[in-house]
This record gives sequence, structure tokens and C-alpha cells, in this order.
Amino acid sequence: MAQIFHPSTNTFSKVSIFGALFLIGGALWGLAVLNRSGYATQAGVAREQPVPFSHKHHTGELGIDCRYCHTSVEVSASAGIPPTQTCMNCHAQIWSDSPTLEPVRASYRSGESIEWIKVHDLPDFVYFDHSIHVSKGIGCASCHGRIDEMNLVRQVSPMQMEWCLDCHRNPAEHVRPRDEVFDMAWWTDDQAALGAKLIDEYDIEGRDDCSICHR
Amino acid sequence: MRSPSVKTDRRRSRLARVARAIAIAAVLAGVLGGCRQDMHDQAKYEAFERNEFFDDQRASRPPLPGTVARGHLAEDAAFYLGEADGALVATAPVSLDQALLARGRERYDIYCSPCHDRVGTGNGMIVERGYKQPPSLHEQRLRDAPDGYMFQAITNGFGVMPSYAPQIAVRDRWAIVAYIRALQLSQAATATDLSAADLAALRAHETSK
Repeated sequence: MAQIFHPSTNTFSKVSIFGALFLIGGALWGLAVLNRSGYATQAGVAREQPVPFSHKHHTGELGIDCRYCHTSVEVSASAGIPPTQTCMNCHAQIWSDSPTLEPVRASYRSGESIEWIKVHDLPDFVYFDHSIHVSKGIGCASCHGRIDEMNLVRQVSPMQMEWCLDCHRNPAEHVRPRDEVFDMAWWTDDQAALGAKLIDEYDIEGRDDCSICHR
Repeated sequence: MRSPSVKTDRRRSRLARVARAIAIAAVLAGVLGGCRQDMHDQAKYEAFERNEFFDDQRASRPPLPGTVARGHLAEDAAFYLGEADGALVATAPVSLDQALLARGRERYDIYCSPCHDRVGTGNGMIVERGYKQPPSLHEQRLRDAPDGYMFQAITNGFGVMPSYAPQIAVRDRWAIVAYIRALQLSQAATATDLSAADLAALRAHETSK
């Protein structure tokens, strides 16, 4: 019986078997990259909001403290989305006839909530608490980035578990003095020395047991 | 020569293997695709989420009028209302110490300084942007006002100033009142008001600049 396959197909089949390793490896690598990319994490995507509220203007340019609006960030799990009343504290007088702010005034008149679009949405099985992070010296900007330079807010961190664990395992690399938590531009040239001192002073342990975040 | 029954068995086992592989792939696809969002968005409500059940669609329910949270019964009128026996309290009903003043300064800078500015003269950033200018906190009228008057202005609002009760806790309002008193003192102080040690420290600070 004649040969069906030419001898050169031997080489072809060997290369295929060998190449499959790279093919599968490459596919897995590609999946890992995709899973960490902005496409999967939505990091870097600025969200359209019902009112084009600019954090850059209110915080960066006017110098309003984060806590003026996010009043519960020091005492509660949720930082707090301000009620329409907080907008009206100033906008009853300033820009009070601006068409852009009509949804705010409509909400104030009717009592219906403005439906802000959530930018940082952790899975429901993660029990994140702002207050403990703030009181242990983790700055807003450490997770949220330079909000004071963003018009529409976007997520800058991947918000994936490995990202949380990076800090939970090495808190000294991120902790800052409590007085500087709300300072968006705070920076130190010697985080190693400061971090080592602060985790001692604030009694911070790097906690990475599951039940810290999952219940 | 093989018996036909063995052949059939082999074919059957190959079919079973293929079926098993397909089943595993289907389960994997389910695990990777389906479960994820179910677990991410569970059938429970988090802060500020929407709930169609209620007319206003807020899952976070406002307490009914008259609700008193445990430990929050406002029995002490001087502390919660800034008045006792029908008169404004003259001095804040909290113990004055450095920690309270530091807290007052921090809260003042957050909530008051946008209009009143950091020293209380009423030239804050929001005033520069067009908001009605508040009086300077260093006017004699306000220097003479009792602490309860300041407390009530923060709590209930005054003129165009809105109520800050939703944003500032009661004890923090008293801390702010105490800090305003410190501001009033500092802005009207003369060198002779200082102790010799404080004056020396100030001189040293001035010359080091």
C-alpha cells in the first residue's frame, strides 16, 4: 500500500505538537492580560453622569474638602453620595439658572433622587469599609487616583483581588500620616522609612485572611 | 479476530469519553460565564441601590419621623438645641480641651471655610464665586453672641446659609463653635496678650522665616 502522507508531514506534525504548547500557553497568557485590562476591569473609563459634575473644578480648583460632600467616609462603610441638598447649599445662589443644573433643581423640587452612576462597583461578596482605611492612614488618592484632576470620574485601579492583596500584604508601601489622607497631592520621598514608622504607630497588620473582606 | 461485542464496547466508551468532555466543557463555560455576575450582583441591597418596591425607589430607607436611634435620645437641650430654660447657652456644654479645638479647626476648614474663609473674615472661595458674603465672624456683634447662637446658626442655618445639621454631627458643631472663639481671640489679640514663652516662640518663628 502506498504512503498516504509524504514524509515531510512528520516534521509538520512534530512542529504542531510542539507548537501547541506555545499556542495554549499564549492563549492563557492572552486571557490573563485581557482579564487585567481596562476592558475587563473598566479602569480608565470615564462615566457619563446625569449632571456633568466635575471633581476637578470643585475639589482641585475651589479646594472643597472631600468630606464636605462624602460626609460618612470616616465613620461608615460607604463614603456617602451627597443628597441634592448638599448641591443646593451653594447652587441655590451660584449657577442657579444654569440649564446644566436643571436635573439638580428638579430633584430638589420633587424630592426624587438624582441617579448618579456608580464608578467603583465592587462585587457584592466583598465587604469593603471606607472608615477603617481612612482611619489607618490610607489616602483617598491611593485607590481613587487624582480625583482632583478628573472632570468626570473614572476608576484608576483595577479593583481586582490581587490589587487589594498587594496593599494588604505590604501596607507600609501605601500608608500615610492621618492628617494627609484627604490631601490629593500628598507625596513623600521616603515612603519606606515613613511607612515602617506609621504601621507601628497606627498598629497596622498586613491582613490577608479571607474573612477580612469575605463573609 | 476480535469479537463484535468488544468493538461495540470500545465505540461506546469512546462516545462516553466525548460526552464527558462536552459535559465538562459545558460546566466550565457555565462557571466562567454564568456564575460571575450572579455572585457579583446578589439579591441584596447595598447603600444607595435602587429598590422598585418603594415609591421613591430607595433601598436605603429614611427613618420614620420621630425615630430615635438607640443612644441618640436628645434629652440634653443645652447640648442638642443650644438653649436651656428658654435662653441660649452662653458657653458650649462640652469640655474644652486641645483635642476639641483641633477637631473644631478640622471641621471648620471642611464645612465653613468655603464661605467664611480659614480665619472667618467671610472671603471664602464660594463668596469669590458669587455667593452672598457672610458677615465677618470678628464683628463685635458676633464676638458678643453666646455660644448657643453660633450653634443654632450651624444647626438651623441663618439667612442664606443653609442648615449644616445633615453634614455636621452635634458634638462637632460645638467643636466648631469653640474653634470660632479661638479664631476671634486670635484675630483680636495683641502681643501683650501672649505669655512670655509664647511671645518668644512667636518671635523665633518670625525671625526664622
